Amino acid sequence: MLKKLGFVLWVLLVAGGAARAELVIDVQGIAQPTPVAIVPFGWEGRTPNMPLDVAEVINSDLERSGRFAPIDEMKMLQKPTDGADVDFQDWSFVGVEAVVVGKVIQTGDNAYTLQFQLFDVFGRKQLVGYRMPASRGTMRGAAHRAADMIYEKLTGIKGVFGTKVAYVTATRQGDSREYSLIVSDQDGENEYTIMESKDPIMSPAWSPDSRQLAYVSFEGSKSSIFVQTLRTGNRFKVSSKPGINGAPAFSPDGRKLVVTLGGVEGNLDIYVLDITSRQTRRLTTHRAIDTEGTWSPDGRYIFFTSDRSGGPQVYRVAANGGTPERITFEGGYNARPRLSPDGTRLAMVHNDRGNYRIAVMNLARKDLLVLSTGRQDESPSFAPNSDILIYATRQGRNGVLETVSADGLIRQKMASGQGGDVREPVWSPFPRF
Amino acid sequence: MSYLKLIAVGLLAVLLGGCPQNTIPDPDPTDTTYGGDSGATTGGMSGDDPYGGDAIPDPFAGELQMVIYFDFDSSEVRPQDQDTVARHAMELGNNMRATVRLEGHADERGSREYNIGLGERRSQAVRQMLMLQGVSASQISTVSFGEERPASFGNSEADYAQNRRVEFKYIN
Repeated sequence: MLKKLGFVLWVLLVAGGAARAELVIDVQGIAQPTPVAIVPFGWEGRTPNMPLDVAEVINSDLERSGRFAPIDEMKMLQKPTDGADVDFQDWSFVGVEAVVVGKVIQTGDNAYTLQFQLFDVFGRKQLVGYRMPASRGTMRGAAHRAADMIYEKLTGIKGVFGTKVAYVTATRQGDSREYSLIVSDQDGENEYTIMESKDPIMSPAWSPDSRQLAYVSFEGSKSSIFVQTLRTGNRFKVSSKPGINGAPAFSPDGRKLVVTLGGVEGNLDIYVLDITSRQTRRLTTHRAIDTEGTWSPDGRYIFFTSDRSGGPQVYRVAANGGTPERITFEGGYNARPRLSPDGTRLAMVHNDRGNYRIAVMNLARKDLLVLSTGRQDESPSFAPNSDILIYATRQGRNGVLETVSADGLIRQKMASGQGGDVREPVWSPFPRF
Repeated sequence: MSYLKLIAVGLLAVLLGGCPQNTIPDPDPTDTTYGGDSGATTGGMSGDDPYGGDAIPDPFAGELQMVIYFDFDSSEVRPQDQDTVARHAMELGNNMRATVRLEGHADERGSREYNIGLGERRSQAVRQMLMLQGVSASQISTVSFGEERPASFGNSEADYAQNRRVEFKYIN
């Protein structure tokens, strides 16, 4: 039952101030997942089986987080579906710290109530209990919400099981490729293709209300930036100037995009684009490549990649203009900055002794933690709880997605049902109900 | 470092010095399985061509090259490709109606949008060179696909070298 959670991390610590010495520490990360029991849910309905195995969804959510080890059903001494029937002695004997029980009750043709209760075995008390309405279509989402509540009660960290990810796939078809922009649940279920093209699709970015995606499309062998509403599928072209139109990212208020424009002369600079008026305001004017802009969560700064010092490094500039300030100094290649939603950390692609890896910098301490172990890892994106990142890595010749906890201790491969090369994952904000 | 060097020099001395005492007899010169000093065996075609014909020269050998390649982390047109660019400049000068799209590409290393920048730098280097040779700006457009459209799908140095390129695409 031991999970392979121990692995080697290279921690690059930078001594602050004038003496900027590089110190490499080898850390062995060991996580001890908490044993819990998710009892199979009861079913009170008109059909023999419930529409979705809710306990299984909660079970795999908690297990995939790496912080919990749900016990096997065979080991359960009792299988109550109602909180009142929980025997704490039994569960304490089995050795779990928390128990989840629940059931699904059919209330109409396509109407159900999902109820669950979480108990602290040692404290012998209920930690959270909830009843939620659901349909067949929303049952999986409701199960993820239950898992979110359970996770938050047990860890103090907001769960992200109800969130989504967007990513791009490229499938080879003879000499050409078919590109797709896909949105799925964070566990890879419910994949939905929102855009397909023979020409490359790049750089998807979520709107803060998670209702829209901005992306770059090369339809007609020319780059353009689109904003597409997920529910309707309607999209509009927000930027199609001569030369490069790239790297969109929404402002925290959702009204603007930071974008990269190249113009006829091909000098890539950072601009702020007002989505409604299509007016642009130039933020950088350097001859170097300035690209991959992203807003700080408070909206005050834009962080971006620039090679004005030679190789690419991360800089920041006030969102209303000013002199850019260099942020990264460790190593010769730091690109594609993304801030954690709590604003404390900066994720980036970092060249670690010849390998392109995902690193996270604590903005207060300035230390850099390399989180991934691949050769060609890219596109880091924080989960909305700031506790997990998703990124693209290589498996053979194909790109696959991986998640890693922000402390580097828990890593998971994310399966995609889609074949081909999977790249550029972006984690959605928390859904707004 | 110098310690290792000393060992290496010492080993070399032992090997060289030891040679005369441990001479390996020459292999049978007629035995082809022990080829020459290259370690590889090659077969020569002696006598008549078994196909009894003549090789046909590549009819496109002297044609204009439609793609040029770049060194790692460089957007400089290599000396051996400057002639190709000059011939494209002539082509565009002779036909003022022709327009060319310069498609810049990068290898897959590093982040994707930054690679768009590197590909654009390459197409701009070619654009500048064409314009210096009198081509009108209105005849040239540039696009960068970064690492999105590799010419070679592998991930060896040889594949990367195939992917760092600018392609000339004539429109009409």
